[in-house]
Amino acid sequence: MSILLDEATRVIVQGFTGDKGTFHAKEMIAYGTNVVGGVTPGKGGTTHLGRPVFNTVKEAVANTGAAASLVLVPAPFCADAIMEAADAGVRLVVAITDGVPAQDMMTVKRYLWRYPKERRTRLIGPNCAGLISAGRAMMGIMPGHIYARGAVGVVTRSGTLGYEAASQMKALGVGVTTSVGIGGDPINGSSFVDILALFEADPETEAVMMIGEIGGPQEADAAVFVQEHMTKPVVGYVAGLTAPKGRRMGHAGAIISAFGDAAAEKAEIMRSAGLIVAPSPAELGAAAAQALRRRASQPVLVQQ
Amino acid sequence: MDIHEYQAKELLAGFGVPVPKGGVAYSAEQAVYRTTEIGGSRWVVKAQIHSGARGKAGGVRLCATDADVRQAAKDLLGKVLVTTQTGPEGLPVHRVLVEQALPIERELYVGLVLDRKHERIVVVAHPHGGMEIEEIAQREPAAILREVVEPAVGMRSFQARELAFGLGLGAQQANQAMAAVLGAYRAFRDLDATMVEFNPLVVTSDGQVLALDVKMSFDDNAMFRRPNVAELRDFAQEDPREADAAEHGLNYVALDGDIGCIINGAGLAMATMDMIQHAGGEPANFLDIGGGASPDRVAAAFRLVLSDRKVKAILVNVFAGINRCDWVAAGVVQAIHEVRVPVPLVVRLAGTNVEEGRRILTDSGLPILTADTLSEAAGRVVAARRTV
Repeated sequence: MSILLDEATRVIVQGFTGDKGTFHAKEMIAYGTNVVGGVTPGKGGTTHLGRPVFNTVKEAVANTGAAASLVLVPAPFCADAIMEAADAGVRLVVAITDGVPAQDMMTVKRYLWRYPKERRTRLIGPNCAGLISAGRAMMGIMPGHIYARGAVGVVTRSGTLGYEAASQMKALGVGVTTSVGIGGDPINGSSFVDILALFEADPETEAVMMIGEIGGPQEADAAVFVQEHMTKPVVGYVAGLTAPKGRRMGHAGAIISAFGDAAAEKAEIMRSAGLIVAPSPAELGAAAAQALRRRASQPVLVQQ
Repeated sequence: MDIHEYQAKELLAGFGVPVPKGGVAYSAEQAVYRTTEIGGSRWVVKAQIHSGARGKAGGVRLCATDADVRQAAKDLLGKVLVTTQTGPEGLPVHRVLVEQALPIERELYVGLVLDRKHERIVVVAHPHGGMEIEEIAQREPAAILREVVEPAVGMRSFQARELAFGLGLGAQQANQAMAAVLGAYRAFRDLDATMVEFNPLVVTSDGQVLALDVKMSFDDNAMFRRPNVAELRDFAQEDPREADAAEHGLNYVALDGDIGCIINGAGLAMATMDMIQHAGGEPANFLDIGGGASPDRVAAAFRLVLSDRKVKAILVNVFAGINRCDWVAAGVVQAIHEVRVPVPLVVRLAGTNVEEGRRILTDSGLPILTADTLSEAAGRVVAARRTV
């Protein structure tokens, strides 16, 4: 098992026929993702990459049974695209787009809550690399070949730092169930806690790695969640030890503005909550291997 | 993006927020002219820079005559003002705000922020203004009033009323304070702000409620749809290298160390800087070249990093996803031919087409140190910096 996505998941791409949509849809198909079509308003009825194109998400869902959508539309239209997918009943939306206004995201999150839980959309991103279930399928822009299939779930704000972790793990023979990029924006669809809960429930995932960065309360919230609700070992790392206060470090959300926002403070919160904190970003792979060993050494409870 | 106090006051006045009478001046003569427009007999001349704590730094002058106003404007204009928030290099004063001086009876604090925990706009108020909110939060956290705004319906009158009476205002002042808070909320929402702060919001001895000092920040991601706000950007208040970086699609933040960094991705950039520190060095900058970096952009990155005279060695760390290592390597080689790189250079490439990328670097015959892993790269650049 993986979380959120596997080779059977029916995926559409919003912004399918654009340059980025075309490039990444090809990569996703090559990796084994079940891309069943795409949406580009005005190009409905045509075919692209051997798949049907629709004008609206509702049409795409009605004709293909799509359950997931990758959003690759420009920032000014991203919020609308996400809400369209949610209204069409798509259960998983992954928004790659960078530069979405924060108030748009506020509106999006409020909008998603209007649906009852059993049909509510789960949003990943925006401003993220997407997600990949190693060896099965990917919805995103990551280089698929750096992920080995295995037992560690990865959740990360940063795209490229997630790649770094995956390749360090692969070099040590440690594989990944699913790797999820939650994105670098101050308001994002899914938090660390949301994804940690899914990994805790996934039977194939034996350990989890969460890679955070400066700014915002999500890493600290996640540490509390790990302490109170998780049985699986969790590795933590927070990027930005050298970041000065009040300066935005690339990501819209990566800014130290309040107590608890700094990397050292977050790492300390993680440590005291029982996470294995990687001492440096060069030891992410080693820390994951250590977490797996810790899991293996736990006494196996036999159900009577 | 930040704007000046006088610009924020003009914007907010348009949303019904009561502000003192005043106007901006670029010269001493203009400052004196403003006093005739404003009327009255006492004025305040305030240096316009993107920083708080201007009063303590001598950037706010109380004046009783035209001659005082002229002198204050002369003193401040063209000066570099160093406050507790600007850092030692300070910020240049090119404009002053001339305002009527007010008889102040009470100072209150009101701030609106985009709160990351609630993922909503939150209005924060406190009966004692004039201090930094962080300081207030530490000293008297219990006295902080909060209203969380439901985005589907916006801020309601009752919320503003609760705040106004919570601040201890009488009926008449409460009405004025409500107008100020609701106006600030509408400005926040309609202009894509990330912060609006009245510090202080004052009650004058004749019973008026006015926003005496205001601060506004905006969401960079939304400026495409707020051209009237975007045009208020004052490049003189920004690090020229950071402004230059933005023009080339690069994200640059100057730091105090001496190892220049050129990296793709914000998270990997921060992690690489951490790794440099772990290896015993100090990064000179944060620099994210983004995805799909062209040779031109890589060359611009080298120029930018080298414009910092402190830099004694450079580390390029690229994990190619959308990028391809061979393109990045070609960019590095081209950049070195275009830009003289007088310091040791360590390049670490990983990801898509890595072998080809490494081969391009080796075949170039240039004195480039390479590394396969993050720790190797950090170790090499710190060692190379020591040999300089």
